[in-house]
Amino acid sequence: MSNLSLIVVLLVLLALGYQLGMARSRKVATVNSDLRMHSRPHHYGMMVGLWAVLPAFFILILWLWLSPAIINSMMLSQLPATVLALSADELRVVSQRISNLANNFGVVADAAQWELDAAEHLRILKANSAMVLTSLMAVIAAVGMLLSLLKITPRLKARHQVERVVKALLILCSTVAILTTIGIVLSMVGETLKFFSYIPPSEFFFGTTWNPRFSTVGIGEQGSFGLVPLLAGTALIAGIAMLVAIPLGLMVAIYLAEYAPVKLRNTAKPLIEVLAGIPTIVYGFFALVTVGPFLRDLGAAIGLDINATSALTAGVVMGIMIIPFISSLSDDIITQVPKSMRDGSLGLGATKSETILKVVLPAALPGIVGAVLLAASRAIGETMIVVLAAGNSPALTANPFEAVSTVTVTIVNQLTGDNDFSSPQSLVAFALGLTLFVITLLLNVIALVIVRKYREQYE
Amino acid sequence: MTIIAENPIKAVAAPSQVQQKVIDSLNRRHRKENLFRRLGLTAVLISLGLVAVLFINIFSKGLPAFWQSAVTLDIYFDPQIIKIPPMPQQRDDESDNDFRQRHIEWQTEIGFVNFNRLITDSLQKVLPDANKHRRDLARVVTSGERFALRDMVVADPSIIGQTRTLHLLTDANIDVWLKGNIDRSLPDEQQQLSAKMREWVDKLSADGVIQNRFSLALFMNPDSRSSLASAGLAGAFMGSFYMMLVVILLAVPMGVAAAIYLEEFAPRNKITDLVEVNINNLAAVPSIVFGLLGASVLIGWFNLPMSAPIVGGLVLSLMTLPTVIIATRSTLKAIPPSIRQAALGLGASKMQAIFHHVLPLAIPGILTGAILGVAQALGETAPLLLIGMKSFVASIPASPFEQASALPVQIYLWQGNELRNFFEARTSAAIIVLLLMMISLNGLAIWLRKKYEKRW
Amino acid sequence: MSNSAPVKISASDVKVFYGDNQALHGISMDVYQHEVISFIGPSGCGKSTFLRCMNRMNDTIDQCRVTGSILLDGRDIHEPALDVVQLRAQVGMVFQKPNPFPKSIYENIAYGPKLHGLAERKADLDDIVESSLRRAGLWNEVKDRLDQPGTGLSGGQQQRLCIARSIAVSPEVILMDEPCSALDPIATSIIEELIDELKQNFTIVIVTHNMQQAARVSDRTAFFHLGNLIEIGNTNDVFTNPQQKRTEDYITGRYG
Repeated sequence: MSNLSLIVVLLVLLALGYQLGMARSRKVATVNSDLRMHSRPHHYGMMVGLWAVLPAFFILILWLWLSPAIINSMMLSQLPATVLALSADELRVVSQRISNLANNFGVVADAAQWELDAAEHLRILKANSAMVLTSLMAVIAAVGMLLSLLKITPRLKARHQVERVVKALLILCSTVAILTTIGIVLSMVGETLKFFSYIPPSEFFFGTTWNPRFSTVGIGEQGSFGLVPLLAGTALIAGIAMLVAIPLGLMVAIYLAEYAPVKLRNTAKPLIEVLAGIPTIVYGFFALVTVGPFLRDLGAAIGLDINATSALTAGVVMGIMIIPFISSLSDDIITQVPKSMRDGSLGLGATKSETILKVVLPAALPGIVGAVLLAASRAIGETMIVVLAAGNSPALTANPFEAVSTVTVTIVNQLTGDNDFSSPQSLVAFALGLTLFVITLLLNVIALVIVRKYREQYE
Repeated sequence: MTIIAENPIKAVAAPSQVQQKVIDSLNRRHRKENLFRRLGLTAVLISLGLVAVLFINIFSKGLPAFWQSAVTLDIYFDPQIIKIPPMPQQRDDESDNDFRQRHIEWQTEIGFVNFNRLITDSLQKVLPDANKHRRDLARVVTSGERFALRDMVVADPSIIGQTRTLHLLTDANIDVWLKGNIDRSLPDEQQQLSAKMREWVDKLSADGVIQNRFSLALFMNPDSRSSLASAGLAGAFMGSFYMMLVVILLAVPMGVAAAIYLEEFAPRNKITDLVEVNINNLAAVPSIVFGLLGASVLIGWFNLPMSAPIVGGLVLSLMTLPTVIIATRSTLKAIPPSIRQAALGLGASKMQAIFHHVLPLAIPGILTGAILGVAQALGETAPLLLIGMKSFVASIPASPFEQASALPVQIYLWQGNELRNFFEARTSAAIIVLLLMMISLNGLAIWLRKKYEKRW
Repeated sequence: MSNSAPVKISASDVKVFYGDNQALHGISMDVYQHEVISFIGPSGCGKSTFLRCMNRMNDTIDQCRVTGSILLDGRDIHEPALDVVQLRAQVGMVFQKPNPFPKSIYENIAYGPKLHGLAERKADLDDIVESSLRRAGLWNEVKDRLDQPGTGLSGGQQQRLCIARSIAVSPEVILMDEPCSALDPIATSIIEELIDELKQNFTIVIVTHNMQQAARVSDRTAFFHLGNLIEIGNTNDVFTNPQQKRTEDYITGRYG
């Protein structure tokens, strides 16, 4: 049976156990009419259903996790000795071929007889495995259901059992977020250490040339993996983006929070926030086909040599993307400044703009700084706009009119979906990713701390 | 601003003098006030203008791509060309499997038929000097259309020997030429179409044989490299669909469960604080980092297939999870404790109070958060590039485990196509499709929020 | 205080609406120069709303509409030629909760004079800051830490800082909206003494829910109820011999 149908069967079992448990508990209740049942019938039902399904499901997960490796090694053990003598990498190719044959997928070139035999063997092993799994699950589910049905007595605290299981599930789900973080850190640290076994960290962090060559050239012909030009490109583009986004976003927030009539505010705010919902690939395309040529022509008109794909193009479009981010965060923060503060200033005869510039903004400054840091971290981690519009030229330059490259672009370039992570050319992507992760994490933590402090101040 | 310099204020100046100074300062200050207010308004108008420019730009580029040049031909399904045995019928003593095998063999045989001949033959009727330019003749209709003819035969073999009037998509370069997306004055060697072909196309267009027609190819077909004019989004759409399914099935329930635990059950201590900080940070981690996680853990360790929507869905789920958790928590926070206390006071257990009384009230808010999370996942590109979803896939995936692309990745792939004149519009059209999906998702979220908005 | 002093503020038929709710039902009264007048009444009676009309602070509230006329020195404060900035420089305000700006003590006081261009030189500004703090009785307590944030002071000191802040722009009238409600008794008595001194130079209108305070500091008292002015007169008369039954009930504690 396929795994999907196994899961469907488990769901049916859950419903069946539920019904049986309810029926059984009602019967127990009528037999022991002098005693009060501890829980409501549906609790007994849930309990029976869970006992039927959970252990079997656990087996299924375990089986799916462990069996492929076991089956593969059983299949490999039957191969001719000449094949077994191959290196691990070649052996992997062989087993991939056999698995394709077994699944009736085509393979390159005609299959040898021993490959066909192995494929047949693999098919049988897989069929056996599925049968064993199905019967094992059937037995466990049946035993679980029967035992729990028999256990139903007035004193059985079924509700507590059910609630404990539910709570355990809830806790399991909340650990996923933690596990994700741990997964990110561990996997990237692991691959980065592998990378550092080829290239010393000092060369990576302080090198000023980025020229990784291709992995096919081999390790003997190593390129240079200097991070500095990439970081410089990232900083340049993020800086331009912030130059565009901070004044616009802040002025939008101030105007909408302090001046705009309610109607304008209620229309303009969601419209500007539309910018935040547009996928970044769309911005990238917009930058590439519209903004880039426009800036180039504009530059030509005033005698500047601007590349169509340049730090400027990517930065300007990224700035547009970030406007709603800064404006809505700042809007929240500005409206949080207590009214008494404004009243105090207005009561002294200050104009509205004087009140905003000299009282409201200074009071809101920490929060706004936090918002700007969050926006900066987004700009640094942004990928698609720079992939399309920054020009992908990892040169160390401070000229915004030239093409540059960034950390994110390079990650995409180096890890083109190749699942062979053994060359430094691919591994460097993880070192870059880790660098990116640490930088954005620092920015986020500082920003969150500042914003939280700010909120507490006015609560 | 006059006499004060000689007359420094000792204590506080006399009222009238002060008033005079205030009055003197008024003009300057009101000018500043107006300037500031106008700056703010300008910023708002610029931002709104940018939204407008972006949308107008994409729509004006993309909308024409929904209409494509198509040539109207009377196709004669010539039995001389389509020489195939009759469609096999299942015999009584035959197993389903054997029959299927025979049917596939029959289809394979149809595959050898030269359907292009059908097209060129009927083109000859409208183009008198066609015989002298057979190479060009074979290129008028985009190559993907012969499969459309084949599919017609497979679906209904009785069509052989009949004539049907069909609208067939022309080659992408013809579409470009007729839409004026290429400079007609360019010399021959820079033109994609031969001089003869350009002459034909202009004639056919003038005769009304080639017309600009609304084409479903963009929606119905998977991507193609050989037949650019019929390259479509169907494969990418299904890829995105499977990924969203995974996100809805994984990220949403898990996020809601995590939020319920953290908001309602978790003790307030250092660990929950850490979890909270962790979730907030995870929400701000660049999406590409999730792609790296997918590449190294899901593909590298768990040996899941490359380019498969299941892997993309898992990566996007992890990415969306914090969004769902944060939205759900703030919804739960907004529900007043009195509701919980009322339920607890009636003897419900904490679990019952939350699942029977609090959660139903939170559903609109949770749905809103979930939809916004799904919309975010739908538009995400960068992590998918790292798990191999940028490879070219020419089929529509039948399950989440097969190779597939995704809508935003398809946009990325198309914008890089060499036939820029054709694909700039087609990419914009794909963006329109993506944007419409995002806007409807966001609209749905806003509608839900408006409809069930409740102030406690 | 005799009624021979010139009229500083003259209100007639002032009505205030918040959206569809009418908060004040036609208030008319005069405020004389250099007197202390207190507004008393149960919460929600409109006394603060009326106070905020006198320097048009209600303008800052959306949906708030004021009708009727208020004359300051015989000039209507709603007339278009009169700038609200100028009005508020003339009629200062101290709020219920001390609201020093998140700036240094010095900057808090110097804020108004700087805005209005009252001091040409740094020395002038220093003079204004010192004299304002002295008159608010705060100088000796803060002279050594003028550069420290105003929010670091105690509640009573913060409120005196706010009073000093409004004195610094040399207003003619100071409106005080329950200035002691957030303060402890000792800080309250210091502020009350301060009010007594300030009335030499300023006209003071004070809203209070504390009847003893009204009796202690004010020359005249006005009693508001449900948006109406019920009674106004010399403080002694209002407290010892109220003309209206409602005033008497409120003063004797029947409601409040």
